Amino acid sequence: MTSKPVIGVLALQGCVTPHKPHIEAAGGVFRPVKRAADFDGIDGLILPGGESTTMLKLIDRFELADCLKKAFERMPVWGICAGAILMGESVANPIQRSYGVIPVTLIRNGYGRQMDSTHFDIDGYTVSFIRAPIMAPVNDDVEILAKRGESPVWVLYNDKMATSFHPELTQDYPSPMHERFMSLITKH
Amino acid sequence: MSKSRVINLKTGLAEMLKGGVIMDVIDVEQAKIAEDAGAVAVMALERVPSDIRKQGGVARMSPPELIQEIMEAVSIPVMAKCRIGHFTEAQVLETIGVDYIDESEVLTPADDEFHINKHDFKVPFVCGATNLAEALRRVGEGAALLRTKGEAGTGNIVEAVRHLRQINKEIRDVVNADEAELMTIAKNMGAPYELLQVVREEGRLPVPNFAAGGVATPADAALCMQLGAETVFVGSGIFKSDDPAGYAKAIVKAVAHFDDPAVVLEASKGLKGEPMRGIEMSALEEDQKLAKRGW
Repeated sequence: MTSKPVIGVLALQGCVTPHKPHIEAAGGVFRPVKRAADFDGIDGLILPGGESTTMLKLIDRFELADCLKKAFERMPVWGICAGAILMGESVANPIQRSYGVIPVTLIRNGYGRQMDSTHFDIDGYTVSFIRAPIMAPVNDDVEILAKRGESPVWVLYNDKMATSFHPELTQDYPSPMHERFMSLITKH
Repeated sequence: MSKSRVINLKTGLAEMLKGGVIMDVIDVEQAKIAEDAGAVAVMALERVPSDIRKQGGVARMSPPELIQEIMEAVSIPVMAKCRIGHFTEAQVLETIGVDYIDESEVLTPADDEFHINKHDFKVPFVCGATNLAEALRRVGEGAALLRTKGEAGTGNIVEAVRHLRQINKEIRDVVNADEAELMTIAKNMGAPYELLQVVREEGRLPVPNFAAGGVATPADAALCMQLGAETVFVGSGIFKSDDPAGYAKAIVKAVAHFDDPAVVLEASKGLKGEPMRGIEMSALEEDQKLAKRGW
């Protein structure tokens, strides 16, 4: 790749701009993605934290489901918290639909409500669990990159990545997770 | 723990709520309508502001059972209001486990001099503000999120616009000020000096700022977003309209593409019936203006 990879961040709702300094520090170009045309020319896509129910509805209302499906077929995609919920195979508490891109099941707010939100250390880097989902892989093809207790919190499945936590709220750039995601793109 | 610099968890949740709509609801049925429409959170209330305005009397924290029922009914974050300075109501709300507390001028203040020391709490607080100094005093007390006060329960956006513009203007003034002027600005404004330094360096408030108070239409919500609000609270505007589900969806749609008039137009069409009736500001007596509460 001669020019810098362009990383789209789905910007219908949620935590978008905190990714900018991470993406730039990892050698990419940040692009908020809101409409079909914004998907043209991106090399990777982040589905950010926010409210998964709101995002599902806005994806439908703005008819972006096909763009997302194409992105899932063609490029590395990373789901964070709500974004991970969108990418899972099945979702509980409550049951809701998802795109089934990574063979994991997710329990929404599995780590509790806001009063249970916490910082957590992954390989010396502080990340934030905020009303976070619990992830459980359904098969051995899912590579587990980090755990909290017994539960995986950072997983990789081919070029699809999911974290139940937020590294983007940490202001040391780039996060190891953004670096890892960027390495998937250069390999792609 | 490592030494990473990280945004605190209270403001972290506010980051997740950006680009969304937070809706006032008074029961489970309304909470579900709000969630179905795509609200990012709900504010559990006994009465929406326009009814508080009409019915008068002392407005207090909602009954715990009501808040708990709503928390069980929806999967999105649930906020609840306590009276200004009523730290015991806040303790009760924290014990219930709500996701955010609004120390709100919509309820009757419990302390006419002091706000709650919000640093004492693990649960995050949002507070209203009409200008930069008020906003920074609330942050100094520990608010993790700000909102304009607007004039709640009026369906009239003029006060929210005034507050957004006021804060934007004062931020510009601080950014353009000579550093030597900052202490006197802090003294004259009544704002904490250290937080003014942050505003001057970053060109923005130290925590996110949402809009509230008088939002009644998709265009109102988009207006607030274009003026720099990062999410919109809608109180009476949804459930006092003729078509709550329609208005709720339309406002969510308009906020997602607030800078695209074609989408705001589309969101504004096909609504069944009228938005909430609304009150002209000159029709309010000075003592009926809720934005004057708070110090």
